[in-house]
Amino acid sequence: MRTGGQPIEALRKGMEYLAGQLGNIEIRGAGTTGSGRQLASVIIGADIVKNEITAHAVAAQNLVPEVKTILEIGGQDSKIIILKNGVVYDFAMNTVCAAGTGSFLDRQASRLNIPIEEFGSYALRSDSPVRIAGRCAVFAESDMIHKQQMGHRVDDIVRGLCQALVRNYLNNLAKGKLIAEPILFQGGVAANVGITAAFEEALGKKVIIPEYYDVMGAYGAALIAKRKMEKSIDTNFKGFDACLRDYSARSRECSGCSNVCEVIELFSNDELLASWGDRCGKWSSRLEGRPLVAR
Amino acid sequence: MKLTFPHLGNAYIAVKALLDELGVDYIIPPFNNKKALEIGIKNSPEFACLPLKINIGNIIQAYREGADTVLITGGCGPCRFGYYCEMEREILQDAGYDIGFITIDAPRGISLKEYFSQLLKITNGINIYKIAKAVKNTTEIAILVDQLEKLTFKMRSIEACRGDTDSVYRDFQQEIRLINGAQSIKKYISQTSQKLTNIRCNTGIKPLKVGIVGEIYTTIDSYTSFNLDARLGNMGVEVDRSVTVSNWVVEHMLKKVFHLPRDLKYAEAAKPYLGAMIGGHAQETIGNSIMYSQKGYDGIVQIYPLTCMPEIVAQSILPAVENDYGIPVLTLIIDEMTGEAGYLTRLEAFVDLLNKRREMAASDR
Repeated sequence: MRTGGQPIEALRKGMEYLAGQLGNIEIRGAGTTGSGRQLASVIIGADIVKNEITAHAVAAQNLVPEVKTILEIGGQDSKIIILKNGVVYDFAMNTVCAAGTGSFLDRQASRLNIPIEEFGSYALRSDSPVRIAGRCAVFAESDMIHKQQMGHRVDDIVRGLCQALVRNYLNNLAKGKLIAEPILFQGGVAANVGITAAFEEALGKKVIIPEYYDVMGAYGAALIAKRKMEKSIDTNFKGFDACLRDYSARSRECSGCSNVCEVIELFSNDELLASWGDRCGKWSSRLEGRPLVAR
Repeated sequence: MKLTFPHLGNAYIAVKALLDELGVDYIIPPFNNKKALEIGIKNSPEFACLPLKINIGNIIQAYREGADTVLITGGCGPCRFGYYCEMEREILQDAGYDIGFITIDAPRGISLKEYFSQLLKITNGINIYKIAKAVKNTTEIAILVDQLEKLTFKMRSIEACRGDTDSVYRDFQQEIRLINGAQSIKKYISQTSQKLTNIRCNTGIKPLKVGIVGEIYTTIDSYTSFNLDARLGNMGVEVDRSVTVSNWVVEHMLKKVFHLPRDLKYAEAAKPYLGAMIGGHAQETIGNSIMYSQKGYDGIVQIYPLTCMPEIVAQSILPAVENDYGIPVLTLIIDEMTGEAGYLTRLEAFVDLLNKRREMAASDR
């Protein structure tokens, strides 16, 4: 599900849905991952909080133990993870451009008046793709409009876009890295058959899409939590009802030193639950039950 | 005359000691922060590197507090930073700031006599003996501060209670600004170092070790690097950094001035990959990465500001080092557009990677 810029609300809905699906079961461990991992961990009470790179790698290895390359393209970022001898050996995340991500595709699909779900099948129908400048999302868009005006078929433009995105991804992230098989492709964009085809064409290799490609990060976080909880520790999980409480987050500038960090504070009914975003740990150290550093 | 100087990590402590000893009036610019960066970005060319932008911000902030002359180093060789004294002078002039520049070690390379005459310019003619003593004290303080920093790297990785080291170090940075004179500064450094040593530690743990290499400003200046050293430290990693302020003062200024042989171990190590000095710290980056690997470090983090040519060259060589020595390298490129969240995610994943590799190596044995 999409957060729509409202992560707490999305979390609440998600947890409600899960509670309805699962019925009355005992939760023995919980984990969070992704860019909202800290926020989510405070609200639900997570046992582990793991970055998405490690989570994706753990999930992929669990399904395909001999996996060597993981391509991951999500809504806002994309990454490549290289594994060697069963260990993450190298990874990269997009730094300079969002042209290779799901939100870019979303936007172009809506420009072309194609539902995003059908975007990929358009690409498969093309036999002479148009070359689209893919280095930058803004220029790709103007190039695409230009190609439309010239009278190119929509199918060919869509396939051209898929190729441009893959080219951008490989240039930005995979530069100098050995992409060996088995290759797993995960993240929301893996649903797009056009992109998968463009990857296979560019790499000249087969790309595997795991069944639950779109929740591999969550799956990985769950696996990591499970491993930790096997040592039979009590879970921090606060229960499905915890989300129903009233939460609000706000940010403020700390005036403790010249760094002027933006500290984010999470409240529930005026009670401060947690803070983060400070560089020195003065506020976030409260979060983990560590003694407060007096100043 | 009221002097000021741009920030570079903790270099202000040594510079402050120098100016205290010489009896010169000065203003330390407010520490690097968003404000300094914003002012710098507004007044600098878009494609200049981050250090220049922050320098400009520092100088303008100090100017507003009453400084009228900038003390800066220059020099032939490092990278375009060697020319920043001139660049900054012209940028500030164009922007309408009436501020003078004194450059120690001018771009053409200078003799011992000239070196002291540069210093004499700021000292209202005090004698050469006193200047020599001030230079000696300054160098010693630069070394002490670097040793203190190194101690924080070690303590952070083994402290029993997260945040203890940060807390001591934070107090130090707040207080040291208010302490005047080389002797008092030395005394306060040694007190702080005692406090750090007294921090309760976890005994018997062997923290991961990571070497930080890259462009000098971004490796040394914590604000610019998003507190790279403390971040890693608080994840239980002991970091080290070969390029330091004192190392720069001793190797690049004093030894050059006195024509002493320099410590070139890094260049020797880098030789199979990069046989010549190509500017900046590229050769140091390669050489130090190799030396860290030989010393049994678990990983390397390279950090540099966007558009830094020497480090771009080094980055393209590092995969070969990574391969030959089997040591993981993470490269971080920063500028004012860098998002902190993605940066942190990468650091965390890198530490996971290093931990996992260590586990695997242990189970193989």
